Amino acid sequence: MSEPSRRDFIYIAAGAAAAAGGALTLWPFIDQMNPAADTLALASTEVDLSQVTEGQQITVMWRGKPVFVRHRTPAEIEEARSVDVSGLRDPATDQERLVPLSGGEYQPQFLIMVGICTHLGCVPLGNRSGDYDGWFCPCHGSHYDTAGRIRKGPAPKNLEVPGYEYLSDTVVKIG
Amino acid sequence: MSGPSTYEPKTGIEKWLDSRLPIVRFSQDTMINFPTPKNLNYWYTFGGILSLILVVQIVTGIVLAMHYVAHVDYAFESVQRIRRDVPWGWMIQYIHANGASMFFLAVYLHMFRGLYYGSYKAPREILWILGVVIFLLMMATAFMGYVLPWGQMSYWGAVVITNLFGALPIIGETITTWLWGGFSVDNPTLNRFFSLHYLLPFAIAGVVALHVWALHVPGNNNPTGVSVKSGKDTVPFHPYYTVKDGFALLLFFILFAVFVFYMPDILGHADNYIPADPLVTPSHIVPEWYFLPFYAILRAIPDKLMGVLAMFASIGVLFILPWLDTSRVRSMRYRPVMRWFFLIFVGACLLLGYCGGQNPEGWVLHASRLATVYYFAYFLLILPIVGLIETPKPRPASIADSIHGDRGKPRSDTAATPAPAE
Repeated sequence: MSEPSRRDFIYIAAGAAAAAGGALTLWPFIDQMNPAADTLALASTEVDLSQVTEGQQITVMWRGKPVFVRHRTPAEIEEARSVDVSGLRDPATDQERLVPLSGGEYQPQFLIMVGICTHLGCVPLGNRSGDYDGWFCPCHGSHYDTAGRIRKGPAPKNLEVPGYEYLSDTVVKIG
Repeated sequence: MSGPSTYEPKTGIEKWLDSRLPIVRFSQDTMINFPTPKNLNYWYTFGGILSLILVVQIVTGIVLAMHYVAHVDYAFESVQRIRRDVPWGWMIQYIHANGASMFFLAVYLHMFRGLYYGSYKAPREILWILGVVIFLLMMATAFMGYVLPWGQMSYWGAVVITNLFGALPIIGETITTWLWGGFSVDNPTLNRFFSLHYLLPFAIAGVVALHVWALHVPGNNNPTGVSVKSGKDTVPFHPYYTVKDGFALLLFFILFAVFVFYMPDILGHADNYIPADPLVTPSHIVPEWYFLPFYAILRAIPDKLMGVLAMFASIGVLFILPWLDTSRVRSMRYRPVMRWFFLIFVGACLLLGYCGGQNPEGWVLHASRLATVYYFAYFLLILPIVGLIETPKPRPASIADSIHGDRGKPRSDTAATPAPAE
């Protein structure tokens, strides 16, 4: 091996500059596919809970996805609380699936979740369906309980709880 | 066989052109004088058929793009308008939609042909791998094309397939958001799918050119799997195979026309005549028939990530197939044990296709698990092991020999006599 010459240095420097330049140029063409500013701007929605009566579920659109807002009956809440959490696929207590009011107390009757099966994205059927009286996804047979936790079927996780906050006792802002 | 060129320019203008752009020489060498094994049967005609279907899909697709509107509010309506109001739109749209099915029908027959006659083995490994690349591009193109009419199956098919990438740990959600251009399948998704659906067929055409190039270096394989040894084994491509391919093409396009003109919707799904609704999932989501075997593999495995990986692996394994088959014999005509495993493999693929269309419950789930295990065992266990322990039948000395070389002579083994007239 001879000593590296000035020409070797030029080769390597030119090659490195071309590779780095190519990679930098590529990035905008990859990143352009991410959500645009106007899509991001539509990222929150407000819901009036006083319109949802006991035992009723409404579906609101948030970021193009359905969000389930369910006013649970005391029986459903009791069912969700009586489960032994340690045996679940994605362990979570009923309370961990809720967001407290600004004062810190909970309204366990209102369950708010993204209505998308965590398996492959179908919308589960509500109204106490499935083997656990919660939701049932017809696509590939996932069963969720009255807290939206996965109990049976191929889905890996509980129904997602979106980020939301109570603006008052009856109004929540999702997103 | 790429050998020395036999083209001789005769006229002055041909000589002038030949020393500048030898395009006539190229056509003569690749499409006219190209020496082709004389024993190719009709299973070898699907390459030609596939090239023409690609042209049909590109031509009809360009026409449809003149009338289609890639927007969630107008896409469904614009496809209905093409079918009802655009002159000849009904025919062109049905040719394009059924053309996708014909494309996959032909490509599956083409692939099974390659598997049976050992066309993936040396020196045709790159030829085979390029074919698998074309197959992958076809799947991506067909999937995105199916989304464009924006019916219920379009929409929910897109949701399920893009969510497959969400199964990947850590980066899954970032990837799906990037694919969607938002937080769900929506207008940005439809727009990019349209753009890519228009682009990918030209990428396929490019890889097809490489595929044909890679074919023309070693030349065609043939039903005996015995390499061409002399000029006695071959005939010129034209007129022998232009006519044979042409006849097969005619028969295949009659089948194509029967679908287009008499049962254009039979391969589709009724739910795709309902406009896409992000709030209502159809009770039974199924992909188009040509994806059903892969869908069955996905659902055969109870774990989301493992199911997705198995589905991708079922195609990934095809890339390393040339190195999994340990047998020195190409054609399964001379592999008495392996040919039975091959037939079971075809059966397993058909069974997976059936199971993919049913609810994954009861015996269907067990059958799809069994067939999935066999699918992978065929490539990863059976091909490597049987190749080592099997005693192949004697092969003919040459292609010419297999046809007429020893006619009338007494034979020590009759087993090597192939079926005549192939």
